[in-house]
Amino acid sequence: MVEWTDFERSTIESIFAKMDYEDVGPAALSRCLVVYPWTQRYFGNFGNLYNAAAIMSNKMVAQHGITVLHGMDRAVKNMDNIKATYAELSVLHSEKLHVDPDNFKLLGDCLTIVIAARMGTAFTAEVQAAFQKFLAIVISSLGRQYH
Amino acid sequence: MTLSAKDKAAVKGFMSKMKSRSEEIGAETLSRMLVVYPQTKSYFAHWPDLAPGSAPVREHGVIFINGVYEAADKIDDLKNGLLTLSELHAFMLRVDPVNFKIFIHCMLVVLAMLFPEDFTPQVHLAVDKFLAQVALALAEKYR
Repeated sequence: MVEWTDFERSTIESIFAKMDYEDVGPAALSRCLVVYPWTQRYFGNFGNLYNAAAIMSNKMVAQHGITVLHGMDRAVKNMDNIKATYAELSVLHSEKLHVDPDNFKLLGDCLTIVIAARMGTAFTAEVQAAFQKFLAIVISSLGRQYH
Repeated sequence: MTLSAKDKAAVKGFMSKMKSRSEEIGAETLSRMLVVYPQTKSYFAHWPDLAPGSAPVREHGVIFINGVYEAADKIDDLKNGLLTLSELHAFMLRVDPVNFKIFIHCMLVVLAMLFPEDFTPQVHLAVDKFLAQVALALAEKYR
């Protein structure tokens, strides 16, 4: 069972409440595809990913970034049971999408960096710690049903 | 994952922007690392004060950042250029290399915070590649 302090809970809820999904989602996913190009392997049918400019203006990437970010809403609403909440999504990523779970961490790091850029100095060390704890649990839960 | 000419140019270009806020970057990166990854405090148990923004943390942050600038100057041959620093880390400090990645991550977060417009995905890629090479060069003499 994960223990959350009041600070951690309110920090996560606040970050997601204030977040502009249409901005952060595309920024995080496109950054991941640029910085870690091997992650492009999962997006073979997304069209032009030939260079950074193409990736960053790709509409399918942008849309998918928003989808992935909204996928985290479930975790935010069920912080006390992320593991169970994500059981189905984990099976999806393993059995259907065949995503190497290591990639979850790469996207998580890019998301952290995008949020840091948006929040500036408000993204204090304590806020970063809370956000990374949340991401670590999301990532672990997504990888749980792999076998 | 060798650095291309484009990567090197991007790194040098961004480093020149960093120089105006070196102390801030160094202090913030180190402070942050000690808070977000408390296990890293084990290397600084001999400091009187590990609080974010404390004097030892700020001074040492500058030392770290200057190390990064030194590496950027030797970007064409990091392995040989950083031999002395590698010996220091391998034989004296004996920092587990896994912490290099942790430090790098914290530095990237700080760079994104302080330079939201300039730390584009392309710059992020070049800086990440560069710092990974620096970490490798630092680990050279470990075994």
